[in-house]
Amino acid sequence: MRHRLQFAGKKLLRMLLLLLGVSLAAFLLMAASPMDPLQTNVGQAALGSMSQEQIAQLEDYWGVNTPLPERYLGWLSAALRGDLGTSLLYRQPVLQIVAERLGNSLGLLLSAWVLSGALGLTLGVLAGAFRDRWPDRLIRGWCLLLSSTPAFWLALLLLMVFSVWLGWFPIGLSVPIGAAAEQVSFLERLRHAFLPALTLSVTGVSGIALHTREKMADVMESDYVLFARARGESLGGIVLRHGLRNVALPAITLQFASVSEIIGGSVLVEQVFSYPGLGQAAVNAGLGGDLPLLLGITVITAAVVFGGSLAADLLYGAVDPEIRRGAAKG
Amino acid sequence: MNALNRRQRTRLLLLAAGAVLLAVTLAGMLCRERAMETDFSRVNLAPGLSCLFGTDWMGRDMLARTLAGLSLSIRIGALTACVSAAIALALGVVSALSRAADALLSWLMDLFLGIPHILLVMLISLAFGRGFVGVAAGVSLSHWPSLARVIRGEVLQLRQAVYVQTARKLGVSRLRVVRRHLLPHLLPQVLTGLILQFPHAILHEASVTFLGFGLSSEQPAIGVILSESMRYLTTGRWWLALFPGLALVGVVLLFAAVGEHLRRLLSPSSAHQ
Repeated sequence: MRHRLQFAGKKLLRMLLLLLGVSLAAFLLMAASPMDPLQTNVGQAALGSMSQEQIAQLEDYWGVNTPLPERYLGWLSAALRGDLGTSLLYRQPVLQIVAERLGNSLGLLLSAWVLSGALGLTLGVLAGAFRDRWPDRLIRGWCLLLSSTPAFWLALLLLMVFSVWLGWFPIGLSVPIGAAAEQVSFLERLRHAFLPALTLSVTGVSGIALHTREKMADVMESDYVLFARARGESLGGIVLRHGLRNVALPAITLQFASVSEIIGGSVLVEQVFSYPGLGQAAVNAGLGGDLPLLLGITVITAAVVFGGSLAADLLYGAVDPEIRRGAAKG
Repeated sequence: MNALNRRQRTRLLLLAAGAVLLAVTLAGMLCRERAMETDFSRVNLAPGLSCLFGTDWMGRDMLARTLAGLSLSIRIGALTACVSAAIALALGVVSALSRAADALLSWLMDLFLGIPHILLVMLISLAFGRGFVGVAAGVSLSHWPSLARVIRGEVLQLRQAVYVQTARKLGVSRLRVVRRHLLPHLLPQVLTGLILQFPHAILHEASVTFLGFGLSSEQPAIGVILSESMRYLTTGRWWLALFPGLALVGVVLLFAAVGEHLRRLLSPSSAHQ
């Protein structure tokens, strides 16, 4: 048990260092941008009609004049105390915006994550078990097609077919226009989230399925599967008893690695469906030069991604007895 | 078809796919003028014989716009894939040869892979002021980690090879070993890695442009076309989104096929089939 804790502690330390790096990199990238926040948000015409003092005040507000190291250190020390600053566009604390937006996105992200993982694993195992026969070809072709399709175009297509033509689903947003948040029923929310969640899950499937297929095909060619066949075990039995157990580890890795992809995909999908989630806030922050908000979103999503890989590392030990024993010995 | 063996067939398919892609690139460059041309006498035409892909609200021919956009995408894809493959090769070799550099680089790779890809491209594009430079820098600076990891593994393996060890013991300089013994081995890997990065590069370019962080809206890029089409979707102008997207998927599939065939031809394990 002590070794497991030590291992987790080491990983956690590395993760914190990485987070620090992410925040510094994102900060430097945003600060290097030649985009003038005053020009983009206030506009040339409005700036022209302002007095020097007003412009100076605005420059202070957008942090144009403070030197870079001071700005970063100021941000960092506040962040360590749990304050990610105030969004310049929304004029609210970044944490509050992120919490609100993440609340909207969470259902989307979670359902897409679980669905794409389950679907990808099933398809991958099927394709690997029937290697080079028609189910495999069908699944492989389908995955290749999906991985070549941009997520936002797929979202556009679904929107066109199901919302514009058939009218089954609303065109966008997460609640009906003009309705107060408290009055919206759960069913109504579900109806708004269905298409975005579907798009996200479908785009995540192909990578997981193709990798699982490789692993499964390897397993099916191994000696122990040959022996199981010779004993007369059915294909179903072999897949359940030998296949699934051996693809469990790579499946865990893939499942947790897909977190980053799903968050990235949600940026595009939310934009198409004008779904007021975290991804849309990131796009708005980027286009508006809102440094604190984009920085906050980047750091928080990176923390989620690193947390995912940490969880995968810890799960290995729980799933694989060899790793468990290896850690105890070593 | 039986007269040809599998290797020859692969080569033929490779040539055909390459020719189609080249034709699209050239046609798009020639169509650039027509793609910008507005003609208000034929606004919002549905696809028909005169305009195969229809026209938009300014009477621009969607076929010409799609071709010009694809050509732009392919050229940006070529540029960014080459740059990121070069970065990956340099970093992969360096990290396999020096332990300190390796630790730093693997940390950097984890850092790059930790930020969701689209977000990273957005950030880099912002740093370079968006537009062509922004999107080119964003896509090429964010695609190297996966290939660099492959190359690093390869170099680690090659370093143990007898002829490399012998050369080192004979006093051949490190740089010369890299040039004479390592690079020739890595070239096929890098080449296929480069081609296989094409589809990703093109898709990311289109996505980032679609979000408004890439090419400016005067350019006939696929991302711009699709984001404009979004505004006219509810009025039933389906052709604005359908055909450009389909064409993009087609190009990406062709590149994936080229990469796959090339890998099969170059990789020693399947070269003799």
